[in-house]
Amino acid sequence: MSSIAATGKRGFGSFLWDYLTTVDHKKIAHLYIAGGAFFFILGGIEALIIRIQLIKPENDFVSAGFYNEIITMHGTTMIFLAAMPIMIGLMNAAIPLQIGARDVAFPFLNSLSFWLFMFGGLLLNVSFMTGGAPDAGWTNYASLAMNSSGHGVDYYIAGLQIAGAGTLMGGINFLATVVTMRAPGMTYMRMPLFTWASFITSVLILFAFPALTVNLFLLMFDRMFDSAIFDVALGGNTIIYQHLFWIFGHPEVYILILPFFGAFSDIFSTFARKRLFGYTAMVFATMIIAFLGFMVWAHHMFTVGLGPVANSIFSVGTMAIAVPTGIKIFNWLFTMWGGQLKINSAVLWALAFIPSFTIGGMTGVMLGSAVADYQYHDTYFVIGHFHYVIVGGTVFGIFAALHYWWPKMFGRVLNEAMGQVTFWLFFIGFHLTFFIQHFLGLMGMPRRYWVFLKDQGLELGNVISSIGAFFMAAGVIVFVYNIIHSAAKGEKADADPWDARTLEWTVSSPPPYYNFEQLPLVRGLDPLWIEKMEGDGKMSPGEPLDDVHMPNNSFIPFLMGLGFFIAGYGFIHQTDNSLWYIALYGGMAFSIGCMVVRSLKDDYGYYIPKEELQKAVEEEAK
Amino acid sequence: MSQEHSNLFPDVMPDTPERVTHEGKNKFFGLWFFLGGETVLFASLFGTYLALKNSTAGGPSSEEIFGLELVFVMTMLLLTSSLTSVYAMYHMRNADFKKMVLWLSITGLLGTGFLAFEVYEFAHYITEYGFSFRSSAFGSAFFSLVGFHGGHVLFGLCWLLAILIRNAKRGLNLYNAPKFNTFSLYWHFIDVVWVFIFTVVYLMGKVG
Amino acid sequence: MAEESKDNLEAQSFKKQKSKEEMQRQLISFGLMIVFTLIAFAIVITDSIDSMYVVPILFIMAFVQAAFQFYYFMHLKDKGHAMPALLMYGGVWCAFLTLCALMVITWW
Repeated sequence: MSSIAATGKRGFGSFLWDYLTTVDHKKIAHLYIAGGAFFFILGGIEALIIRIQLIKPENDFVSAGFYNEIITMHGTTMIFLAAMPIMIGLMNAAIPLQIGARDVAFPFLNSLSFWLFMFGGLLLNVSFMTGGAPDAGWTNYASLAMNSSGHGVDYYIAGLQIAGAGTLMGGINFLATVVTMRAPGMTYMRMPLFTWASFITSVLILFAFPALTVNLFLLMFDRMFDSAIFDVALGGNTIIYQHLFWIFGHPEVYILILPFFGAFSDIFSTFARKRLFGYTAMVFATMIIAFLGFMVWAHHMFTVGLGPVANSIFSVGTMAIAVPTGIKIFNWLFTMWGGQLKINSAVLWALAFIPSFTIGGMTGVMLGSAVADYQYHDTYFVIGHFHYVIVGGTVFGIFAALHYWWPKMFGRVLNEAMGQVTFWLFFIGFHLTFFIQHFLGLMGMPRRYWVFLKDQGLELGNVISSIGAFFMAAGVIVFVYNIIHSAAKGEKADADPWDARTLEWTVSSPPPYYNFEQLPLVRGLDPLWIEKMEGDGKMSPGEPLDDVHMPNNSFIPFLMGLGFFIAGYGFIHQTDNSLWYIALYGGMAFSIGCMVVRSLKDDYGYYIPKEELQKAVEEEAK
Repeated sequence: MSQEHSNLFPDVMPDTPERVTHEGKNKFFGLWFFLGGETVLFASLFGTYLALKNSTAGGPSSEEIFGLELVFVMTMLLLTSSLTSVYAMYHMRNADFKKMVLWLSITGLLGTGFLAFEVYEFAHYITEYGFSFRSSAFGSAFFSLVGFHGGHVLFGLCWLLAILIRNAKRGLNLYNAPKFNTFSLYWHFIDVVWVFIFTVVYLMGKVG
Repeated sequence: MAEESKDNLEAQSFKKQKSKEEMQRQLISFGLMIVFTLIAFAIVITDSIDSMYVVPILFIMAFVQAAFQFYYFMHLKDKGHAMPALLMYGGVWCAFLTLCALMVITWW
């Protein structure tokens, strides 16, 4: 294994096999980012189709039915198959290194999480080719979803159930990792903010995804097996779906943003060359946001008729979340104040995030007023709001974090000039597209309608909004080119290209497959910076040099994902033809068989001999 | 390295053998965190049940069909199986592999008995009362909740079988002690969920 | 050498004593759980308590039993269980919110 890494020469076949069977968090990070990027492009194409359809009134670029599929898939893909996987990929890349660990707590489970995402996402998108994608909105409310003909909604259920299981496993994995695998001296209050935020996000994942799991099961039972949970004629109740969906859905949007809050904290302190202002407050603010995030879900249901008492409680709770969020915004500003902020692509994205996310948060408080929401609900005002927070928060965060950690993940620095071109194109396009949508909503344009009518004053706004989409597309194309260019001709990165503060910058770029020859001894917050300021710029070892226990690769996660994919496909089509039960039972049996094989067959991993690590230590010293 | 796989004896037995190794700690925390998520999962099912338990669509209601005698027997079986798994862990901490396997096997038998009665109960409802998964919202909610719990019991029994088979010839060591303990924690949680099921579904169902 | 093995034997017998006490506590917990179960069933079967009080009492019985399971059978009271306890309580809180939503603000 080490000889391949040393010479860097191996065939494409062995490269592919390595990635198909890897349990290494660093390679799994690559897989998540590549997979997420692929689905981001798909979701982006779906967005362009929406904006082309809406470029003029009563357009017929696509049919009404197909438009419903496109808006559903745009939302579902962007949230579940693009933003979350890239986020989990970044968590995989950074967390073990930031806490001084050699991998996550459950490497096999980590790989399984990825393949479940991949196969779930593929299942969801296969629907386009087999009779139609899901078309009941990314929220897939029970009444519409129950009556949606064709199999689209069934694909939604099966695809998300599979991918969601992977995410839940990932949440448990990161929780256990942070609890048990911190390096000597790395107390909780010395962890970088990205790790803290990801840890808290993992708690959110743990508690939010089971509600989605149950909801999807109940919907599946109703659609495929004629049960009556949501069937009003037999006493069912569709509000149950809404509650369960948003009890998952609201924490989900905090899941999408909190890790990037953490990434921005790391980025600001690194490039301002100043420690994070108010570290403790930042940690607790993140916890408060997470806690409150579970108590406000019904603000998505103000117009359902829950009554004034319920609406008031959720309204107040929603506005309360602005407080800890505001604390964080101010602390980022105070971190930069008095520092020597270096401007580069990562920093540009971080700087742009602050006003953009704040605008989104502000419109969120407007929406949080239950009374006013009766006017805003189901209009483009809502679409403007959530794109400001998701794109202005999560997507900007993705770009910033990718620029920041790219050298560590891939050993190359992304080209700075192209990075800035991407930034400006995307930033301008983003505001063009979504700022105007607030006004379109206030002027009465409803959401999820495939056309709007002439002579209602909506034409100019929609044209501007659509032009912005093409700016964003151009920015993404430049970014993709940047990636390819840097892979081919980019400057190689050394261990610490940014003169940074945290442990991941103490190992080479990319790190050796075992991360650390000896786990480092952490002396305080920003451990690398302490060594730079008060020591020799290098970490001291926190453990003696010894053989290192590593996990073996395994093809089983891929096979399990494949089995569930086949089972899912069988589940969906068994209502058409009973022969599909073979796929259903066969796929399930195959995956369960893989689990049994994994449980019964011995796999104790392997040991890296002390001598190899000794040699690496000596080479570094030279 | 090989110490992990060498058999344990009382004089070298650590206090908490399931948590001494790094993998043991990871499994310990991993399962507890999983149980936190499972709490929310069952709460969603309980909530759905509570919202729909009166939606009988003209069919039988909970007072009419639930038989408390059967539920009592099932409760005793599951509760006792929880105790037997405690015994098994007690013997594990005393490094007595044979007794641990014995008590785990009894746990499995009691759990199988529970499931058998539950299957009989479900069949009884479907054939005697026409009360099924599809007959009303109450039916769907009941069978979803209690069925999910039964599914968890079934999964637990398969898990138990797998670890008993796998370790039958190996004896107790620091590598498999965490596996037994992890199962035991899961099994206790299943019993906790059952306590709430018999209280909320059956007992409150009879009170009306 | 003799000292060591004497210490070892003492340590062992102390451990044995402790685990015997622990096992007794577990048995007592089990006994109490059975008692609570019997009480709960008895209340419902005999219909002896005013219907307004029955549901709260049943809930209390269930919660106490669950507490015994967690703290004794699952060792939640022992050292090293702070993080599991924290996350279980977190799960219980989210469970409570879910139940409230589906019981209190779900009609039609």
